[in-house]
Amino acid sequence: MNRIFASRLLPLMATGLVLVALFAAAGAGYENFLSARVVLNLFKDRAFLGVVAVGMTFVILSGGIDLSVGAVMAFTTVFLAKVIGGLGWSAPVAMLAAVGIGVGFGMFQGWVIHFFRIPAFLVTLAGMFLARGMAFVVSPRSVEIRSAFYDDLGERGLPLGEGLLLTVGPLVYLVVVAAGMVVAHGTRFGRNVYALGGNEASAALMGLPVGATRVGVYALCGGCAALGGVISTLALSSGDPTRGTGLELDAIAAAVIGGTVLTGGRGWVFGTFLGVLILGTIKTILDFDGSLDPAWLRIASGGLLLGFILLQKLIARRSVS
Amino acid sequence: MKRQSFLRLAGLAAAVSFSACKPSGSGGGGGGGAAGGGKLVVGFSQIGADNPWRTAETESVKAEAAKRGIELKFSDAQGQQEAQISAIRSFIAQGVSAIILAPKVETGWDGILKEAKAAKIPVVLVDRGVTVSDPTLFATLIASDFVAEGRMAGEWLVKKSGGKAGIIQLEGTTGAAPANDRKKGFEAAIAGSPDMKVLASQTGDFKRSDGKNVMEALIKAHGAAITAVYAHNDDMAIGAIQALEAAGRQPGKDVTVVSIDGMGFAFEAIKEGKLNCTVECNPLLGPMAFDAVAKALKGEELPKQLVQEDRLFDETNAPAELPNRKY
Repeated sequence: MNRIFASRLLPLMATGLVLVALFAAAGAGYENFLSARVVLNLFKDRAFLGVVAVGMTFVILSGGIDLSVGAVMAFTTVFLAKVIGGLGWSAPVAMLAAVGIGVGFGMFQGWVIHFFRIPAFLVTLAGMFLARGMAFVVSPRSVEIRSAFYDDLGERGLPLGEGLLLTVGPLVYLVVVAAGMVVAHGTRFGRNVYALGGNEASAALMGLPVGATRVGVYALCGGCAALGGVISTLALSSGDPTRGTGLELDAIAAAVIGGTVLTGGRGWVFGTFLGVLILGTIKTILDFDGSLDPAWLRIASGGLLLGFILLQKLIARRSVS
Repeated sequence: MKRQSFLRLAGLAAAVSFSACKPSGSGGGGGGGAAGGGKLVVGFSQIGADNPWRTAETESVKAEAAKRGIELKFSDAQGQQEAQISAIRSFIAQGVSAIILAPKVETGWDGILKEAKAAKIPVVLVDRGVTVSDPTLFATLIASDFVAEGRMAGEWLVKKSGGKAGIIQLEGTTGAAPANDRKKGFEAAIAGSPDMKVLASQTGDFKRSDGKNVMEALIKAHGAAITAVYAHNDDMAIGAIQALEAAGRQPGKDVTVVSIDGMGFAFEAIKEGKLNCTVECNPLLGPMAFDAVAKALKGEELPKQLVQEDRLFDETNAPAELPNRKY
C-alpha cells in the first residue's frame, strides 16, 4: 500500500524537493535571499504565468496542448487598454468581457480539435498566430491604461507585515490554483479530464462526455490565458502586443516539472504551482548573482525538464511491470 | 521502508528551510546600504543583447563599473519587459544602492518605479525614456534626442535628393521610444516637401535579419519607385543594403540609404559607398550613467534628461572619423 502511494506521488515529491533544495542553496549563497520579500516577489512576478499554467495543466491532463495562450494573453492586454482607454468602458466590465473572449476563443479551438479530429498542436498553433495578429491589429504598440479602478486596485492587498502587501494579482493566482485543485480532484469534470487523458477510447466506451470535456478544457485554458492577461495589465498598467511571447512554453515546462505527463492522464495542479515557483526561483538566483549568463535560466529549465520527463518514464515503466 | 524515510527526509528539509526564512528587516530594502563591505552595488537591468549597439552599451556600463570599483549586478532580460521588472524587484530585495534601467518599452513602469522609490533606491534611465505619472520616479534619463536624430536624417535626405524621393522607412522595435521618436523627427523634417513620399513604413525590430527580410518584401511590392531607404538603425540599414544588392539595385548610388547609430561597420559601409549617411547615437553611456548615479546618491537634483550630442556623418567626413570609432 505504502509503495503504491509513494510511487504515485513521487514526481510531486521530487518537484517539492528540488524547490526546497534550490531555495536552501540560494539562501546559503546570497544575502537577503531567504526573506519574505523575495518569496512575495516570486508570487508577484509569476502571477500571470501561474494562472496560465493552471489552465495549461488541464489541457495537458486531457491529452492535448494549447500553444495559443501567450498570444491570447497579449491580445487581452491590448483589448483592455483599447476599450478602457479608447472606448471608455468601465474596467470591471472590460475585464469580464476579456475573460469571456478568452473562454470563447478556447471553446472554438476545442470544438475544431474535437469535431474535425485535427491534432491540438496544429489548431492551437493556428490560434496562436491568429490571436497574436489580432493583438497587433488592435494596437501595434504598447498602450498605457489610465483608469481610477486600476490605480485603486493596485494599492489594495492583504498586509503581510513589514510593509509588504499581497496585491490583487498574486491573490487571484492563489485563488485560481486552489480552485484548480478543487476542480481537478473534486468534480466530475475533473475526473472526466483525467479519464480522457488516460485513454480516450476507454473513456468513450464508458460513456463519458468526451466532446464536452474536450471543449471544456480548452475553454478553461483560454479563460485562464485571458485572466493572465488581466493580471498582467494590473501589474504593468499597460497593454502590449509583444507580451507573452513564448509563454506557452514556460507554462508547459512548469506543468511537466510539476509532474504532469505530456501524454495526459496524470498530473497535479499543485505540481504546476511548484513548477512555476521553481522557474521563478532560478530566475531570482540569476538576478541576485548578477554575473551569470542569462542563458543559464534556459539551460537550467531545460535540464530540469529533461530530468522530470525521464523520471516520469521510469515511473510509467515500473507501474506497468 | 525506504519510501518512508525518503518522505521524512523531505519533510525535514522543508522544515529546516522555512525556519531559516528571516523577515526582510535584516537589510533587504534599505537604499543606502552596500551589500558587501563598503563597495557600492548597482543593479543594471538591460533589455537584451540582440544588436551590436546594445552590446556596446552593456560593455560600456560593465567597463565603467569595473573602473570605478563598483560591483555591478547585471540582468539581461532576453527582450521581456516582465523579466526586467522581476530583475529590478530582485535588486530591491538585495538592497542595491542604485539601479540603472534601459526600458524596453515606454509604458508599464509606474508600479516598479514606485517600489524602488519606496525603498529609497534612485533609478537612472539610459538610452530610452518612459511615460510615467510622476516624473520624480526616476532620477534622470541619459539618452540621445531621438527626435533630433530623425530630423537630422530627414533634413539631410531632403537636401541630397533635391526634395523628391520614394522612401522606404524601416522602423525600430514597435513601441520603443527610439523607434517612435526617430519616426516623428524624420516625418516632421520631410513634411514641408510634398514630393518626399514615404512608400511604406514597416518594423525591422532594429535587427539586421528582419531589416533584410522586410526590405526584400517591399522591393517586390514597390520596385523601381524606391529611390531612398531610411532605417532607424545601422543594423537594419545593412540588411536593407544586402536586400537591394540581391535585387540588382545599387545601394548608395541609385538608392540613397540613410540610417542612425553611427556604428563602426556603418562607417565602413559609407567608405565602400553603399551607405550614404548615418547619424550618430553613442551607446557608450557608462561614464555618464555612473556620474548620474554618484550625483543621485549624494542627493543632488538632476535635470530630467541629460542629452547626448549627436553628429551626422556622410561621405564627406566619415572616412576621416573611422579610426576614432570605438564601437
